[in-house]
Amino acid sequence: MLYPLTEEQLMIKEVARRIAEEKIIPKRAELDEKEEFPWDILKEIARADLFGIFIPEEYGGLGFGSFENSLAVEQIAWGCAGVATAFAASGLGAYPILLFGNEEQKRTYLPPIAKGEKLAAFGLTEPNAGSDAGGIQTTAIKNGDYYIINGTKQWITNAGEAEIYVIIALTDKKKGPRGASAFILEKGDLGFSFGKKEKKMGIRASTTGDLIFEDCRIPKERLLGKEGMGFIIALKTLDYARPGVGALAVGLAQAALDEAVKFARQRKQFGQPIISFQAVGHMLAEMATQIEAARALTYTICKYIDTNPKDFTKYAAMAKLFASDVAMKVTTDAVQVLGGYGYMRDYPVEKMMRDAKILQIYEGTNQIQRNIIAQILNKEYGKQK
Amino acid sequence: MKYIVCIKQVPEIEGVKINPETGTLIREGVKSIINPYDLYALEAALQMKERYGGNIILLSMGPPQAEEALREAISYGADEAILLSDRAFAGADTLATSYTLAQAIKKIGHYDIIFCGKQAIDGDTAQVGPELAQRLNLPYVTYVRKIELKENSLIVERDLDDGYQIIQITLPALLTIVKEIGEPRVPSIRGKMRAKKLQIPIWTAKDIEAKEEKIGISGSPTRVLKIFSPPLRERKEIISGSLEEQVKTLWEKIDNILK
Repeated sequence: MLYPLTEEQLMIKEVARRIAEEKIIPKRAELDEKEEFPWDILKEIARADLFGIFIPEEYGGLGFGSFENSLAVEQIAWGCAGVATAFAASGLGAYPILLFGNEEQKRTYLPPIAKGEKLAAFGLTEPNAGSDAGGIQTTAIKNGDYYIINGTKQWITNAGEAEIYVIIALTDKKKGPRGASAFILEKGDLGFSFGKKEKKMGIRASTTGDLIFEDCRIPKERLLGKEGMGFIIALKTLDYARPGVGALAVGLAQAALDEAVKFARQRKQFGQPIISFQAVGHMLAEMATQIEAARALTYTICKYIDTNPKDFTKYAAMAKLFASDVAMKVTTDAVQVLGGYGYMRDYPVEKMMRDAKILQIYEGTNQIQRNIIAQILNKEYGKQK
Repeated sequence: MKYIVCIKQVPEIEGVKINPETGTLIREGVKSIINPYDLYALEAALQMKERYGGNIILLSMGPPQAEEALREAISYGADEAILLSDRAFAGADTLATSYTLAQAIKKIGHYDIIFCGKQAIDGDTAQVGPELAQRLNLPYVTYVRKIELKENSLIVERDLDDGYQIIQITLPALLTIVKEIGEPRVPSIRGKMRAKKLQIPIWTAKDIEAKEEKIGISGSPTRVLKIFSPPLRERKEIISGSLEEQVKTLWEKIDNILK
């Protein structure tokens, strides 16, 4: 075995794989076609305990780490990247509470997320603040024991489906990014509503939409960490989540390779299976090698995160960047290997190619990942003099 | 509520071959699985547990390795398991099996619903469930696809070829379950961890106070004389002639069927 797993890790991988095979694959084309949120499948994932993999046992989780969570994300994405996005986005919403929540916030919000009874979501992006997250305009003004929130969050995964939201809003406009704070919002909070569900190119089983705050009044106990920590919380959350995107990309790419090899072995042209043509064989070899490299990078970084390092921003960006670029290339090549069949919706690879594109965009575009890596390199080499 | 689910470990049917000389199953190298219909029975019990609470006990009669099947079934969310294993149980037909299971269930004592799969994929008799109910003097419904609890009774849907019956049955009762109850869930991580550690007691003939003449081969009046694969019935017909004649003949035949 290339990656020796403990008994528990093997269990997680096997359970997630079975969910993909038995519960996701038979329904993925329909979910994609109808743009339907996969509640039945998420219920299955919840029953299997997978929502709580990285949440400590005292908060109702299994108490494992980033690596184990990535094993599950990879297998679920092997079944459908849309379902995996809905699943992983709940983790993205849980991380800020886990990392920065006080005891009471953790006790209140983490157990239902760990059990999969409630989905979580994370809201940073706004219409005028995408890659430039510092440009957010949503405000949270303190008023006695409350904060009054106004503004709109855009393209939020699990919008409307999740019960628990962590959002970033400005508590002090004058301080710019240092005036941002993180808050826990609950579906049903007065003045908190949802905009239209977006129509997307891929990951159509997942829901993406706006969070709208109109004089939304929440108790001051919903503040995560301290005022002014909003961006630190957001960046740390993304550090933890990005290798998860890497794992999602690896699972998706593996699924595309599996389809491509299977097809190339069966499809005959000029009297022989097309895998025997070097043009096709080399393409598959390239795909398989890239996936293995992406998996190695993602696993290594997840295992590193589980040693609780102080800073792993650069590595998290690398895992997300490399694996998502691989997924885009591999899924595109899988369509090419299947030729006309690959372009048809009767085969799953065109969906995989549509799904892959978002991985280069969400949780920070790959251009932003390169910026992050370059900035850190500049800093690291600057210190070395 | 206390539920008992009967589980049988069976050979994976796709791998099984028959020795043409002896007419017996060649079991060597064939993977053992939980009888798929028993997984539907377990799913039914798990659904009841989710809705009404309670405890699920698994019961299986088989060789020591049937413990694997019980451990696997535990990982789906059952609470306890008991293995009935004794050399004296070997060679049991459905009559001896139902007697043995009934003795064990009497020892368990209190229960509300016993779930069985509609049949096992190796023997395909569908007899053990009803026989067991008879031995325990319980009301039973076969081919159940839906269950609702109503006070001290169940309202169940019984699946038939051309429709379904709605039946009310008092508790305690025995149900045999069909796949329409819903596809079995996937085992959980916590379930798998529990399954690994759980102590599974083994009950012998003595433990369940079984009479020697009623168990195993001595309690089994059934004798298998011969096992064979039935020949495929050939019903094909080759239509000949010119293309036009073939189409005409074919159409006449279809037309006849449609009339």
